[in-house]
Amino acid sequence: MAPNTEQLTRPAVQLRSLTRSFAGRTVLDGIDLDLPAGQFTALLGHSGSGKSTLLRAIAGLDHDVTGSGRLTAPGRVSVVFQDSRLLPWRRVLDNVLLGTDGKDAAAKGRSALAEVGLAGRERAWPNELSGGEAQRAALARSLVREPELLLADEPFGALDALTRIKMHNLLRELWERHRPSVLLVTHDVDEAIVLADRVLVLDQGRIGLDLTIDRPHPRSYRDPLLGEYRERLLAALGVTEDHA
Amino acid sequence: MTTTTTASTATGTGSTTAAPVKDREEGHGTRRRRRSLSPGRSLPASRLVGPAVLLALWAGASAAGRLDPGAIPAPWTVLRTAGHLWTAGTLPTDILTSLERAAYGFAIGLTAGVALALASGLSRIGEALIDGTVNLNRAIPTLGLIPLFILWLGIGESFKIAIIAIVVYIPIYLNTHAALSGIDSRFVELAEVQGLSRWAFIRQIVIPGALPGFFVGLRLGVTGSWLGLVVLEQINATSGLGYMMFQAQNYGQSDVILVGLLVYGVFGLVSDSTVRLIERRVLSWRRTLSS
Repeated sequence: MAPNTEQLTRPAVQLRSLTRSFAGRTVLDGIDLDLPAGQFTALLGHSGSGKSTLLRAIAGLDHDVTGSGRLTAPGRVSVVFQDSRLLPWRRVLDNVLLGTDGKDAAAKGRSALAEVGLAGRERAWPNELSGGEAQRAALARSLVREPELLLADEPFGALDALTRIKMHNLLRELWERHRPSVLLVTHDVDEAIVLADRVLVLDQGRIGLDLTIDRPHPRSYRDPLLGEYRERLLAALGVTEDHA
Repeated sequence: MTTTTTASTATGTGSTTAAPVKDREEGHGTRRRRRSLSPGRSLPASRLVGPAVLLALWAGASAAGRLDPGAIPAPWTVLRTAGHLWTAGTLPTDILTSLERAAYGFAIGLTAGVALALASGLSRIGEALIDGTVNLNRAIPTLGLIPLFILWLGIGESFKIAIIAIVVYIPIYLNTHAALSGIDSRFVELAEVQGLSRWAFIRQIVIPGALPGFFVGLRLGVTGSWLGLVVLEQINATSGLGYMMFQAQNYGQSDVILVGLLVYGVFGLVSDSTVRLIERRVLSWRRTLSS
């Protein structure tokens, strides 16, 4: 992949007055948004705020939704869902290679599995994996396609707290190595702050806050400077913490 | 007493010697291992135990003279008759005739059931044309079609094969179609995200996802093919196992009837076991209660 500094000048995703509605209810209300190539962005919002609708629109998965607006996205897009969505009848390596052909596909699949720490589990069945391992396999499946844009819809939402921290490190590491543009949809403010360089808050179908987080990586949950970002984000989400 | 045996074979709590187990039993009883709700380890050759007991009862009652040999001959009489019929050459001919009918009917029914289920499950037009029609066909008892089919196809082999094919295709169609339409929409979304072509989607997601349902239909279809065969051969045949039994009824040869039933039973058991074996191989990714 090309060096990241050049790519930052050209937006990977461009939305212009994007509107989406379900059964007369407006979910996305004229969104304008540029995601620069290679940027790690997090999208926060309450449940029902339209986060997933926005992600699905960018992924091209909104078939039966009415809407208008202009949307450009790269050709190679990968999506990681909240559930690992591994096909139970295919072994792990074959799951990773779903939709990938070519003579060196198997080798790519093996190296992707090694990257996510699943070397040696190629022949395992998905129901033999733990939740964290299954989500690692799903990450490997998205990596194998060498995506220009990685869309992640609450990918760690179903994992336990300890596994989640490990997965945060893994995702950031993978991003640093491959530099796709990332849009991470989450409802976890801390996850957004620790991982992303830019955090968007979606509120009533519009981008309510667009915050650049200018702190070096790896970040720690205990970094006091991150507390300030945290408060601004919580305020934008309409939540106040009681310090009494 | 059962708690002692389960606890002493368990490896969960440290030592497996008898002493701590005893301690635990004599304690407050609060840390006892929970009762397992899974049926447990399967017995060796468990499927043969019931039939073996039945056979033993039959043999015992015959030897003790408690059964009327004209109504229920002894097992050894049945075996001797089977031997006679085999060496005389009539039994092999009858078996071959019956097998041929069942095999042709089953093959046609299987092909039709799968093809129709795919056409109906994968396209809305196919569903509109096929699904209602098959359900209409299902509502008519297939054996009720016999008179009509004899008029159309004559009393030869083709009408028998046609009836067996209909008996077979219906359960295969219904179960495969239900499995196809029950494929998780999340997997459809995944296929879109991974950029699968329509054909790759069918081959890699739809067909493997529908296989468990297909096998349910297949087993019902196999049973159905024998059922159809028995009925057809006993009312409209001049050859085959059912004909042999029908003749035996006229001459009061209950041992010959039992030979026929025995052969039908063996056919049913072997074909069902074969389907089960294939199912276990193909669906090895499933971990269910039976494993």
